Amino acid sequence: MKFDTPAATNPIDQLKVVGQPADRIEGPLKATGTAPYAYERHDAAPNAAYGYVVVSTIARGRIRSLDASRARRAPGVLAVITAETAGPLDKGQYNTVRLLGGPEIQHYHQALGVVVAETWEQARAAAALVQVQYQEAPGRYDLAKLKNAAAVAPPGFGGPPDTARGDFDGAFASAPVKLDATYSTPGHAHAMMEPHATVAAWNGDQLTVWTSNQMIDWSRGDLAKTLKIPKEKVRLVSPFIGGGFGGKLWVRAEAVLAALGAKAVNRPVKVALTRPVMFNNTTHRPATIQRVRIGATPDGKITAIGHESWQADQEGGSSDPHVNQTRLLYAGANRMTRTRLAKGDLPEANAMRAPGEASGMMALEIAMDEMAEKLGLDPVDFRIRNDTQVDPEKPHRPFSQRQFVQCLRQGADHFGWSARNPRPGQTRDGRWLVGLGVAAAFRGAPVQTSAARVRLEAGGLLVVETDMTDIGTGSYTIIAQTAAETMGVPLHHVRVRLGDSDFPVSAGSGGQWGAASSTSGVYAACMKLREQVAGKFGFDPGQTAFQDGQVRSGGKAFPLAQAAGLVAEDAIEFGKLGEQQELSTFGAHFVEAAVDPYTAEIRVRRMLSVCAAGRILNPKSARSQVIGAMVMGVGAALMEDLVVDKRRGFFVNHDLAGYEVPVHADIPHQEVIFLDEVDPAASPLKAKGVGELGICGAAAAVANAVYNATGVRVRDYPVTLDKLLAGMPQVA
Amino acid sequence: MKAFTYERARTPAEAAAAVARTPGAKFIAGGTNLLDLMKLQIETPRHLIDVNGLKLDEIEKTPDGGLRIGALVRNTDLAADARVRNDYAVLSRALLAGASGQLRNKATTAGNLLQRTRCPYFYDTAQPCNKRQPGSGCSAIGGVSRQLAVIGSSDACIATHPSDMAVAMRVLDAKVETVRADGQARRIPIADFHRLPGTTPHIETALMPGELITAVTLPKPVGGFHTYRKVRDRASYAFALVSVAAIVQRDGRGRAAFGGVAHRPWRVEAAEAAMPGGAKALADQVFAGAKPTHENAFKLTLAERTLAGALAEARA
Ligand SMILES: Cc1cc2nc3c(=O)[nH]c(=O)nc-3n(C[C@H](O)[C@H](O)[C@H](O)COP(=O)(O)OP(=O)(O)OC[C@H]3O[C@@H](n4cnc5c(N)ncnc54)[C@H](O)[C@@H]3O)c2cc1C
Ligand code: SF4
Repeated sequence: MKFDTPAATNPIDQLKVVGQPADRIEGPLKATGTAPYAYERHDAAPNAAYGYVVVSTIARGRIRSLDASRARRAPGVLAVITAETAGPLDKGQYNTVRLLGGPEIQHYHQALGVVVAETWEQARAAAALVQVQYQEAPGRYDLAKLKNAAAVAPPGFGGPPDTARGDFDGAFASAPVKLDATYSTPGHAHAMMEPHATVAAWNGDQLTVWTSNQMIDWSRGDLAKTLKIPKEKVRLVSPFIGGGFGGKLWVRAEAVLAALGAKAVNRPVKVALTRPVMFNNTTHRPATIQRVRIGATPDGKITAIGHESWQADQEGGSSDPHVNQTRLLYAGANRMTRTRLAKGDLPEANAMRAPGEASGMMALEIAMDEMAEKLGLDPVDFRIRNDTQVDPEKPHRPFSQRQFVQCLRQGADHFGWSARNPRPGQTRDGRWLVGLGVAAAFRGAPVQTSAARVRLEAGGLLVVETDMTDIGTGSYTIIAQTAAETMGVPLHHVRVRLGDSDFPVSAGSGGQWGAASSTSGVYAACMKLREQVAGKFGFDPGQTAFQDGQVRSGGKAFPLAQAAGLVAEDAIEFGKLGEQQELSTFGAHFVEAAVDPYTAEIRVRRMLSVCAAGRILNPKSARSQVIGAMVMGVGAALMEDLVVDKRRGFFVNHDLAGYEVPVHADIPHQEVIFLDEVDPAASPLKAKGVGELGICGAAAAVANAVYNATGVRVRDYPVTLDKLLAGMPQVA
Repeated sequence: MKAFTYERARTPAEAAAAVARTPGAKFIAGGTNLLDLMKLQIETPRHLIDVNGLKLDEIEKTPDGGLRIGALVRNTDLAADARVRNDYAVLSRALLAGASGQLRNKATTAGNLLQRTRCPYFYDTAQPCNKRQPGSGCSAIGGVSRQLAVIGSSDACIATHPSDMAVAMRVLDAKVETVRADGQARRIPIADFHRLPGTTPHIETALMPGELITAVTLPKPVGGFHTYRKVRDRASYAFALVSVAAIVQRDGRGRAAFGGVAHRPWRVEAAEAAMPGGAKALADQVFAGAKPTHENAFKLTLAERTLAGALAEARA
């Protein structure tokens, strides 16, 4: 199905199932511990041997010698595989650095091999016996120092690295009120619950991996490419994923090593990364330095806005698009954005939930708060004054929907924003200093081709198959809702099977495109099935209604179950609507924070997000996405920080004790309001994604609330208490 | 983890003798620290002697009106004990500020005193660390040190002792009762129990090889207002950046010990006369001679302000 004109009224608009807050259909499996995650696929691959990954303990250099002889002789050991013994390997299209290092070492904890043994304990003990001698080489680990040598980033998924319109320099120089501020954000780890894990088994030259992966088709291709075998020889299965956040968009070392191990020992092999290794072995959200300049008239109209970002990555890497939200969010005739990328030797930087947008909004939305204060304007009002209904860089492009102002207004009302004291550091509740903060939420609504197959089985059961993944987001449920609505059956008549490369290729889970794209693919397949069913009963498909398990046309009706055996497959292909118009999701975050005047400890007290994101397919799972993203925003604001040892080139706090994410006690009452919105330009379901919207701006809203509470402006995330202490009130 | 053998001891003397007899042997109590360290091969005991069956899990009154806390009393039980909550509230609060409910259910009084540092380099066996591998160097000096010590550190090690409970024990003048391999019992004042790193950061306490902790005693209650304030980057489940255990009497006099700042709970009794003069007066003396790193100098300000908060709480 082609989607190149805005959606008209269609079966989804009945909203009998779509739009309802259905519970997750796979929820009981997860809640009872019976959803089989990759590392537990004993059913599929019995008798698996255990692999334990050997990692580099230097960040850069070469292996002088690697002696695995003691490990090979250790109890239970079946094989030790290193770059020397693995045979020729290629590198995946989506990987920047090689997944099996040696002799050249590219980063700390790069995998150097795998020890395969009868038990996990034996493999681990033997791995400690592998002796590696290194020739260390100096590396580049300090972004602040690399910044000046950074080059224009290559164009990536965020479009061109630089944009300009009007005369930014002139307009900024002559602006009556201006802000020029530099911000920094540290690296972040995905830190999902389930580590990277794979069970691999060969059947002749046919490889099957049960793994934990967000993008089945990309990773099927990349695993095949890495192993230098045809893509058709690889089957990748990933029906349940214990969180990914972008960390599982790619094939990672454990999958390659499981495949190599299984080949070597001629038996299934399972490999999981251990937690302390995940932080440096896999990818992370890169640290940034960002400069934001805003010029405005005294009445708060932006006349110049510029945003520049710097990040570093390994040779061959790309930059996250940190400045892209600034291209679209606020009006202003003179504008400039620049993306700079330096070469560095920390582990590979790559996508994490709202890659670019999240970090970029952390800077931009503090800058907007600072600018509002300079102007003497309320920060909600300042944002409203600079709303735009067209792409400010390309004014001929309207937004398909843009309810940003409505989000701000409704949120301000609901949150009690008018009670905010614009003078910071003035409001107390008992001992505590209290403040309110606001920030925009803004994330594009990309879509990707996505296919699905639907089959009517005996008894009227509708089976949906697509290689779409559910990374905890609710894909199973919204796909079932889509199929149920389109075919006119109750939700429990639908079985959804996901995450298997034997199924039609979907959009996968990434970039907030999964929900809109995959449900559209399922809708396309269902519409095709409707045609077949109508044909079978001799009906005109255009004149046939599918309701309550019945197929009706011209006064005649048949049970849908009578069409059992029919199968339809189709894909949704999106045309140019997203080029002609800007498809985006919007929101506003409101935060109340309290700060202890003695210790500067920060406690978030209340959070509200008001979102306008197209049709909400399932308010329950959508809310979960937004509150989860708000939690991540609190983490980014207050604690998450991959701390770099700049001498040795690695993230030092590489476990969950050292890399702090919010705990329950950090998260207060959270509220989410979805505005009524349908966006016919977005997809046949008139829906967009919400998976990443909620993290965009959330951290800045927290930082702005802390500023309002204390009067201390922190521009270097995370906003930790040590950065506030100097500005705290005198105490006796 | 390396393969090891395991036995259960029946009496304290037998346990002590067994450890002394077997090279590379260690006691195991709740295992919440030791097992983690064994999995990472930071600790590699060849033999474990399980002390959980020693019946050292009673809390009893002492003849002089204090409390005797068995070495195996779980942190949860100790924190919940009515006598502790009434008379030694600082201890109860310190315990509840540590770890999580699940961990406290396993963690023991002796194990808590003996838990090892949380210096990130100590945990990464690829990095030099004098505490883990004597003579290999200290990666934290000149490296990432925000969490680490500001006072009492040495050129060999700047780690902190991470226990919350021990800070309260220090302010309460606890004594550690032990039995040695030769069957001799002794009592070690808490002030002498944890050592400063000096040139031997791997030797952390006054215990002799094989010496078993049997109990911790508290002198009779001193009254006053008790508080434990633990400051960290998130609200729970993190080690202290700085903590203060304070007991303040009605007349403003009192005692204070600090956690998160040194290789042992940090208390300077001689400075406590200054407490009625306020937090700064006390902290200036307590932290005289501090040698923070450029990353953790804030801890000095924070310690003073945390104490100020505690004193304000006492006045309120
Ligand atoms: C995730 C996590 C978070 C934590 N957070 C905190 C925190 O915030 N604050 C805090 O204070 N602590 C915290 N802890 C540490 C926790 O308090 C300790 O792990 C616990 O108290 C250790 O007690 P245990 O009985 O389990 O000791 P074990 O692990 O059994 O033993 C520890 C050491 O003591 C020795 N030992 C045990 N018993 C005796 C004895 N009777 N005589 C002589 N030697 C003995 C052992 O040989 C070993 O060397 C945390 C731990 C974890 C895992
Ligand atoms: S501070 Fe102590 S524990 Fe940390 S690296 Fe240095 S010697 Fe090791």
